[in-house]
Amino acid sequence: MISPATLHRDLGLTDDELDAIKTRLGRDPSYTELAMFSVMWSEHCSYKSSRIHLRGLPSEAPYILVGPGEGAGIVELAPGVSVAWKIESHNHPSFVEPFNGAATGVGGIVRDILSMGARPIALMDPLRFGPLDDPRTAYLVEGVVHGISNYGNSIGVPTVGGEVVFEDCYAENPLVNVACLGLVENRLMHGRAEGEGNAVILIGSSTGRDGIGGASVLASAEFDDASSEKRPSVQVGDPFTERLLIEACLELARSGLLVGFQDLGAGGISCPTSEMAAKAGTGMQLDISKVHLREADMEPFEIMISESQERMLAVVDPANVEAVLAICRKWELQANVVGEVTKTGRVEVIHENGVLADVPADALAEEGPVYNRGLERPAWLDELQGAPMGAEPPSDLEAAFLQLLGSPAIGSKRWVWEQYDHMIFLGTVQGPGGDAAVIRLPGQDTAAVISVDGPGRYCYLDPYEGARLAVAEAARNVAAAGGRPLAITNCLNFGNPEKPDVMWQFAEVVRGIGDACRALGTPVTGGNVSFYNETNGRAIYPTPVIGMLGSLPDARRSVGLAFRSPGDVIAIVGDTDPADFGGSEYAKTVNGVVAGRPPRLDLSAESALHRFLIEGAARTSFSSAHDCAGGGIAIGLAESALAGGLGFQVAFEQDERHRFLFSESPSRAIVSFPAQGVEAVRKLADDYGVPLEIAGSVAPDRLDFGTFGVGFDVAQDVFEGAFRRALAASMS
Amino acid sequence: MTARVGVIVFPGSNCELDARVAFSALGAEVEMIWHAGTSLPEVDLVVLPGGFAHGDYLRTGALARFSPVMDRVRDHALRGGLVLGICNGFQILCEAGMLPGALRKNNGLKFLCRWVDLRVDNNDTAFTSRAEQGQVLRIPINHFEGNWYAEPAVVDRLRENNQIVLRYVDNPNGSVDDVAGICNESRNVFGLMPHPERACEQLLGSDDGIVLLGSLLDHVTDRAGVAG
Repeated sequence: MISPATLHRDLGLTDDELDAIKTRLGRDPSYTELAMFSVMWSEHCSYKSSRIHLRGLPSEAPYILVGPGEGAGIVELAPGVSVAWKIESHNHPSFVEPFNGAATGVGGIVRDILSMGARPIALMDPLRFGPLDDPRTAYLVEGVVHGISNYGNSIGVPTVGGEVVFEDCYAENPLVNVACLGLVENRLMHGRAEGEGNAVILIGSSTGRDGIGGASVLASAEFDDASSEKRPSVQVGDPFTERLLIEACLELARSGLLVGFQDLGAGGISCPTSEMAAKAGTGMQLDISKVHLREADMEPFEIMISESQERMLAVVDPANVEAVLAICRKWELQANVVGEVTKTGRVEVIHENGVLADVPADALAEEGPVYNRGLERPAWLDELQGAPMGAEPPSDLEAAFLQLLGSPAIGSKRWVWEQYDHMIFLGTVQGPGGDAAVIRLPGQDTAAVISVDGPGRYCYLDPYEGARLAVAEAARNVAAAGGRPLAITNCLNFGNPEKPDVMWQFAEVVRGIGDACRALGTPVTGGNVSFYNETNGRAIYPTPVIGMLGSLPDARRSVGLAFRSPGDVIAIVGDTDPADFGGSEYAKTVNGVVAGRPPRLDLSAESALHRFLIEGAARTSFSSAHDCAGGGIAIGLAESALAGGLGFQVAFEQDERHRFLFSESPSRAIVSFPAQGVEAVRKLADDYGVPLEIAGSVAPDRLDFGTFGVGFDVAQDVFEGAFRRALAASMS
Repeated sequence: MTARVGVIVFPGSNCELDARVAFSALGAEVEMIWHAGTSLPEVDLVVLPGGFAHGDYLRTGALARFSPVMDRVRDHALRGGLVLGICNGFQILCEAGMLPGALRKNNGLKFLCRWVDLRVDNNDTAFTSRAEQGQVLRIPINHFEGNWYAEPAVVDRLRENNQIVLRYVDNPNGSVDDVAGICNESRNVFGLMPHPERACEQLLGSDDGIVLLGSLLDHVTDRAGVAG
């Protein structure tokens, strides 16, 4: 039973927030107004807990054309060549309804890119689930991957990479993040409602009851066991309409007929109406009887906050309305004039029966609450950091190696990415399965190099260090492919911000990202914060997912991770610290331990490694280059070998061999190159001050570590079969 | 002469730009043709590209065959003009009755995007003239419904007529007799599930697709006749 006095609480607003609304309006809000405030002031839309921390992030560089606050960041990769880059989360919807939750996550990020007037050209999907031996995980993996595949493939945007991570902490809170790269083909568009008297046009799908309260009910509250009842709050996607919307939006952008443009995502139509008016200092009158509805009997408040998918809002000079509607008709999309720009500074919602809402646009879009929430270092952290980190030697090195190679974390994710169209657009020079994706831009030599990374275990052990490691690894992935890291987008996945220890983790992660981004020269172009990733009081690891964007002037110079020729020399670049085991794959998989401190990172060594890798690629010195990370040197070598259909022969002199093989020291890479290139590569390493050790050479059919070795076929079967077998076992 | 290629764009098509890039790079003049048109510009080759025409609602290709332009595509074929259906285009040609059989869901009930090897089992067609008989081509597939099926009698007839032009070396989807691509009896309408337009550049993994697309252009420009 909903009582009018406490309705705001059911909508996710606190008593204090209701008081603030009353003060701002000088009266009680109407139902419709209350609904609009509930979505616009939700954590998801207003960033009320995160905003004061995010201000500390660097966001400027000469090549950053648009920074945080718009639909997507815009980065100039080469003179006159710009791309849009943005990451989003769709965590809560994907837990409640994996297929549609994941699908609409793809749709939403694509419309963010479209809102800038850019063509979406690549997607990446960082996914996190509970342990794979839990049948519930198998169900979620199947549903999420199918949802991404069905939506992404249909709209014709390649899914070129991502992550699939399994940890206990994500069992009740899977993370479904999605990043999108867009090519700016036309002049940029902005979400601004300029020009009194201009028409406001709603384009795309009809508005239905799906997704009511997605931002406030799903994304801004914790879950409990009754959460499946929230399924009606999950939006339902229609990729066919999105496909039409993409071409229609690009044609509209090319036409120059639009004054302002924004997508409808979280918060429904309440969001672009208030944000576009607030940004332009104008107002907007919206006649919701003009909104094309899926169900005739929808309540006004439902229309205002419905999160039905595949919709965009355009501001158009009245003289151009017919031309805009004609383009929409050509693409078989519905489009209606639903309002006009005013100079009142207010969002007025009208209806045949009169005025339903009349509130200042600023109050909705820009004057949401800002909380400086309490921070407290978790009491358990000292004990965790002081505990043994799980570096004890294995009983058998070869068995430990195979155990890691066949773990769900490291084993091939081919089962996942073969379900994604990763080739459409003829730009995927390097796709899934490598360190970074290399996407040649249509009609150009220039490539965008993109990678996503989110080392949750490191962040759990030390949020500040973990965040720095996340940025460093994402940048290293880009550099290994030959790209110069330029900028990041970030998706910050956390627990309940009302809990001081979660908020402390958040603040530390943001501080770590900021420091690493400043040191590596990769500012933040924007991103997304997803709080309340808790179920029944149990929070996820603090999980910042970093989406790194880099540039490569000539896609033909990109370097892959695969070994290419028997006889090529293999070198390990960068120092290995035998103590870097905290949070490592080895510690977790072999010894069952997640404790201690994460690997130590020296950002100047990291930066030097990147310069070495980028210059080596530019000079075509390398046959292969591979980031050395999860599972250490042993797994890095195996991944390069298996990708190339080759083996290797290496020998290391170190004592405590496992410490050298499985340590996860950052700032390292494995490169291979023709034997005649040894001196040149050594000199390059010296020039950049990077330690380089020749480890051995590429060989035909055996992964030979000196003291032990396995046949190529055995390793391939373990690596390629691991994930499929684990999933099949879990579902049977 | 320059070959003129018309690429049909249905609402929901998504490989039309790739088809344009691939054929343009091979020297053809490419025109995009919207599905709602009731006339066809003068072209030598009509391409039905990959994608999800009309959302593939109901069944793949089931709605697209009713698009107005399809009557003109049929006329073009009846006049002996070349038609190529790639992936969703192949599905549409089957639904339209311009090629035999139907495409069912893959055996594994999963969408599959991967490189596969195709064997050219009939190089005496306009689509395969640049290939050696038995040549293996590396070309990617990208489909959920690529499992070609036809009645045994139909399959027998296709075999006898040498209409099974391309077969999978390692069948990824369960199609009957490993069929990857077929042609009609008159050998001017071709359909295949793999995407040759994605395999026209070594940098992207293979340029074997040029063998197929180039053969069609040869046929138009009569170069094939000279070489033969």
